[in-house]
Amino acid sequence: MAETPTRLALDTSGLAKAFARPAVDGLELRVRAGEFYVLLGPNGAGKTTTLRMVCGLLKPDRGAIAVFGVDALSDPVGAKRLTAWLSDEPMIYDRLTPREYLRFVAGLWGVDRKAEEVAAGRLLGLLGLAGHADQRCEGLSKGMRQKVALAGALIHDPRLIILDEPFTGLDAASARLAKNLLRERVDAGCAVIMTTHILDVAERMADRVGVMAGGRLIAEGTLDELREQAGAGFASLEDTFLALVESGAEDGADGSVAA
Amino acid sequence: MMQPGSLVWFARHELRLAWRDWAWLISGGRRRRLYWGAPGAIVIILLVHALAYLALKPVADFTAPPDQRTLIVIGGTLALYGSIMLSQGMENVTRAFYARGDLDLILSSPAAATRLFAVRLGATAASILGMSLVLTAPVIDALAALGGARWLAAYAVMAALAVAAVAVSAIATTGLFAIIGARRTRLVAQVVAAIVGAGFVICMQFLAILSVGSLSRLAVLRSEAAVSHAPAPGSLAWLPADAAAGNWRALAVVASIACLMLAGAIRFCAPRFAALAQATAAIPDRRRRARRNRSGFRPQSPAQALRGKEWLLLRRDPWLISQSLMQLLYLLPPFVLLWQSFYGGHGTRLLVPVLIMAAGQLAGGLAWLAVSGEDAPDLVGSAPVTPARVWRAKTEAVAGVLVLSFGPAVAALAIIDPVPALVAVIGIAVAAASATLIQFWFRAQARRSLFRRRHVSSRIATFAEAFASITWSGAGAVALVDPRLAVLPGGAALAVLAAAWAISPARQ
Repeated sequence: MAETPTRLALDTSGLAKAFARPAVDGLELRVRAGEFYVLLGPNGAGKTTTLRMVCGLLKPDRGAIAVFGVDALSDPVGAKRLTAWLSDEPMIYDRLTPREYLRFVAGLWGVDRKAEEVAAGRLLGLLGLAGHADQRCEGLSKGMRQKVALAGALIHDPRLIILDEPFTGLDAASARLAKNLLRERVDAGCAVIMTTHILDVAERMADRVGVMAGGRLIAEGTLDELREQAGAGFASLEDTFLALVESGAEDGADGSVAA
Repeated sequence: MMQPGSLVWFARHELRLAWRDWAWLISGGRRRRLYWGAPGAIVIILLVHALAYLALKPVADFTAPPDQRTLIVIGGTLALYGSIMLSQGMENVTRAFYARGDLDLILSSPAAATRLFAVRLGATAASILGMSLVLTAPVIDALAALGGARWLAAYAVMAALAVAAVAVSAIATTGLFAIIGARRTRLVAQVVAAIVGAGFVICMQFLAILSVGSLSRLAVLRSEAAVSHAPAPGSLAWLPADAAAGNWRALAVVASIACLMLAGAIRFCAPRFAALAQATAAIPDRRRRARRNRSGFRPQSPAQALRGKEWLLLRRDPWLISQSLMQLLYLLPPFVLLWQSFYGGHGTRLLVPVLIMAAGQLAGGLAWLAVSGEDAPDLVGSAPVTPARVWRAKTEAVAGVLVLSFGPAVAALAIIDPVPALVAVIGIAVAAASATLIQFWFRAQARRSLFRRRHVSSRIATFAEAFASITWSGAGAVALVDPRLAVLPGGAALAVLAAAWAISPARQ
């Protein structure tokens, strides 16, 4: 069944970006509202480039991007208002405290002061940062910095949350907290797009998984659908993923476009 | 083969790092620039030597033994470079304790940290000597050409000064650790370094203003008052100056004292190095609690958030504070001149180019921090704010600091004489705008912590910024004499801007 445009959190068509060589090549990616979508792929597959284009951090060479129906190329500010981006390297300021950082992010997204205070208090508490809220970020561990950045990504209540390797550096308990927070957002109708190399996380959390290789989406679907595409005999996502990437690479070598 | 972990082995390691660091500084990471730059550097060196020769030739007969007046000038110059070396030494030694770099790796190895510290002190001495020789070597060589090879002893005196400065820096920094602890030492050491570095120059300028009514340091050193107050020839106070003039016995004493000081510093500080470096590594683990809302950072709009963030980060950066303090300290002598003029009624016009120049330089640094030194570019880039609004807010942040820094001086100037005040306001505005535009055109994302090396990312931007400040400053000075003539330096400044724009990556 074809998705109606309003139900699509993200809709890219013919998206392309080349640096020295094509990084993303005619990508068609659709993610629904209320969906946890995990993007997998080997290093250099074009995942981060894709997500950076969606967030307005890179300008595509061609193609279209729509975030909840808002054209991200003609109305980037409108699209950004709905989006949050969290990279694997926490984008925080060493000399701000987590509370000040959240205020800054809320200020950037124009969040009302009262709403910001409530959301900051809740996020700091949920992520176990309340005790460090007024301590400068330079004194925080990598995991805590990552949690501060995650709180920053969620402070403005985004409808499309894009995460690039968000669980790097998080301990098991913090990772579970972060996953629960994200699942909560998905249940509330937001969409989460996440790249990860931790296939176990993808297996547990994803409603749908997309596999990228060579700048293209070579496979997409639920875990069962992916297993079906990979062929019989692949029980784990890791086996399925490796088989898909391998077949994608062969298709690429033949010059054909993967499914 | 040298023993790993030995003094020589560490020295080789440091030398290799220093060479690569220097090459990167010169070439900006592009090896080809090193080869292209070499002929240019030779031409500049020859030109500077020729200028030094021509400037010194009519001053005195340098073949004769130096008289008291010459000794005062040499002694004053050595004291000036000594204070600058002490300032650089304190900054470098502090960095040796705080910059993690390879320190964690080395401290976690079985190699002796004391040897590393000794080598790093030696490397610091070599680096600050090198920086001072950039300016003094042409003068020393010219003196040797005019007065004989004995003047080459000045090189050894400069080396002794560098060694002594590093020894004092090491002991002072270690002492600060003991007195005020690891957390505060970095800020205090950097502030002290800034004050020491600027202090001597500023004191000399104060003396010059109060005694001869100008900012010239040489005028003070050559004045009758200096001669009448200076120690008689033969006094121990003249040992370094005598040594620089080729008195070999004096040189032996100076060099011996410097070596003893370094040996003492190594003996005193090296055993404490590992423990102190570990103490600095533990600082982030301590809680630096700020009272809730103490910063008053409560942005109401994206522009306020961006401006407030810039100001807050600026306030909390010890190194930037020390740099800004240095800039403000250098403004003190012009303020004294202003104060004098308040009662004497003349000299205020001298202030205008000084203020314009300082504003251009300060604006360039601040604009780099705001435009290129953004630690969370993705965060700002993904925010629902147009790039134009981001740049505008950041420019406003720079302008705010400038208003705070130069506002009082211009206001005081306006009370005394409104015309120079008006010229200063216009000059400060255009110089700051030019520096900001250049930084905007040549923006290249970098960590704020790389501020010290901001000029490496684009030498063209650095030169354009300096030339624009100089020409606007010249335009301000000329405008006070004849506004019509200001068109020339003003046009030159605009030409600098146009050239910078034409070759900037922003245009391409």
